[in-house]
Amino acid sequence: MTLVTKISAVATGLSEERPVVCVEHLAKSYGGPQILRDVSFSLQKGVSLAIIGANGSGKSTLLKTLIRLTEPSAGSIRILDQDVCALSGSALRRFRSRLGVVWQRHNLVPRLCALSNVVHGVQSRQSGMRSWWQSIAPQAVRAEALECLDRVGMADFALRRVDSLSGGQSQRVAIARMLMQRPELILADEPDASLDPQSGEDVMRLLSDLARQQGISLIFVSHRLEHTLQFSDQILGLLGGELTLNLPTSAAHAEQLRRFFETEE
Amino acid sequence: MAPAVSARNLPRFAQRSVLEYVVILFILAMVISSLAATAPKVDSIVRGLTRLFSPQGMLMQMFPPDFARADRIAWKLLETLQMAVAGAALGLVFAVPFAILATDRLSPHPVVRTIARGLIAVFRTIPDLVWAIFFIIIVGLGPAAGVMAIMIDKIGFAGRFFAEAMEEADTGPQDALRAIGASRLGVIFSAVIPACLPSFTATSLFALEKAVRGSAALGLVGAGGIGVDLKVAFDLFNYDEALAIILMMFALVVAVEQASSWIRAKLI
Repeated sequence: MTLVTKISAVATGLSEERPVVCVEHLAKSYGGPQILRDVSFSLQKGVSLAIIGANGSGKSTLLKTLIRLTEPSAGSIRILDQDVCALSGSALRRFRSRLGVVWQRHNLVPRLCALSNVVHGVQSRQSGMRSWWQSIAPQAVRAEALECLDRVGMADFALRRVDSLSGGQSQRVAIARMLMQRPELILADEPDASLDPQSGEDVMRLLSDLARQQGISLIFVSHRLEHTLQFSDQILGLLGGELTLNLPTSAAHAEQLRRFFETEE
Repeated sequence: MAPAVSARNLPRFAQRSVLEYVVILFILAMVISSLAATAPKVDSIVRGLTRLFSPQGMLMQMFPPDFARADRIAWKLLETLQMAVAGAALGLVFAVPFAILATDRLSPHPVVRTIARGLIAVFRTIPDLVWAIFFIIIVGLGPAAGVMAIMIDKIGFAGRFFAEAMEEADTGPQDALRAIGASRLGVIFSAVIPACLPSFTATSLFALEKAVRGSAALGLVGAGGIGVDLKVAFDLFNYDEALAIILMMFALVVAVEQASSWIRAKLI
């Protein structure tokens, strides 16, 4: 089954594979107007999904709600065969450890070296003091962290303090930390937002390639039309918290998508 | 066009409410009554200074300082320094868990946080001389009581500043680690403590300086160190030896402060 038919099949509910992500009638409000309204979609394994929309349309809220960093007001979320809304405490922590999240800001620990920051990724799988700093980490963990840095082209910077790296380099280290988690699904909230155009494109290409190589799904929020078209297989468009677009990228036209970026361009 | 208001009719002082005047009057009354009750009279200051500078006065008897027992003073100074280092080290080590339990984001429960904050406040508020007397009763006269007093004082001092540093640390890296499922201890040691290290270092060095200065005074109540010798020198009217002790203490404090400034500049 080709990717386009895979996505189309999911959109029409004819796919035989269980989706990695299945969201139904999701809503979110903070007491006032609804931030998300009746959002439903699903995502197949290995598919890259872009969430687009103007500022305040609910893109980031949707992403955070998927992993319960923001609590949903209504609806159901099923990710990696887990009923996300039913999870609590350590079960929720275990679920989150299966996901790789890349934020707008890299959120690295500034005074530590790149290798220590990547070693932190192993805390999703194992706890204990030997995962706190690279200097006391087991040899196998150090080797894996270095390999993750190598995959993002940052192995030569392993022992450099991250507060001496550029924004693009820091975001690469954050991606290496995420790879260290061995994630089954990657979520990225505008990972290119704070970067210059070239670094932003490099980071998006890196994320997209890594997801493709490992055959895992990628959900990314984007505020750049060209990145949406270049790096996604499926596009969700939000307008005022409502899902008004869900289609394969190959069937999308730039003109059709432009209204989702209107307030930003 | 001339401005609607001129400097002449602009009021020089803001209008104040009756309550504000009452508060100001109350503060003034407090200051004046306190000065009248406790401040020294001018004539007694003049009489005292005259006595101090007279040929038989204490100041004249202090010179020249007597360094005949310099080796014993040096050993006692070493003991004072050891008391300060041991007390500060213990205090700083215990201050970290107290500070973690006292922060909003890292404390496991609001009740635990309130208790930790309360204890830090008690340790900080009661002077180290009072703690020294308390520990002399428990462990007897000598440096052990001094070390315990310094330790408690430093938990109060450093606990507060460590907790403030942890509260002010960037929460982004902590949230990122939480999001991948890191444990509370993992977040603390991977993200919080590395981020707070410069602040912790500065506070620790100030704590050590404070401990060295304080440990000299602890001997006055019998808690070991050079303070005992200083008290004896004054009690026996050996003012020249007292001056030698004061000068050597001064040299130690200056040396510790200089070393601490150098370390701070290198590490931070």
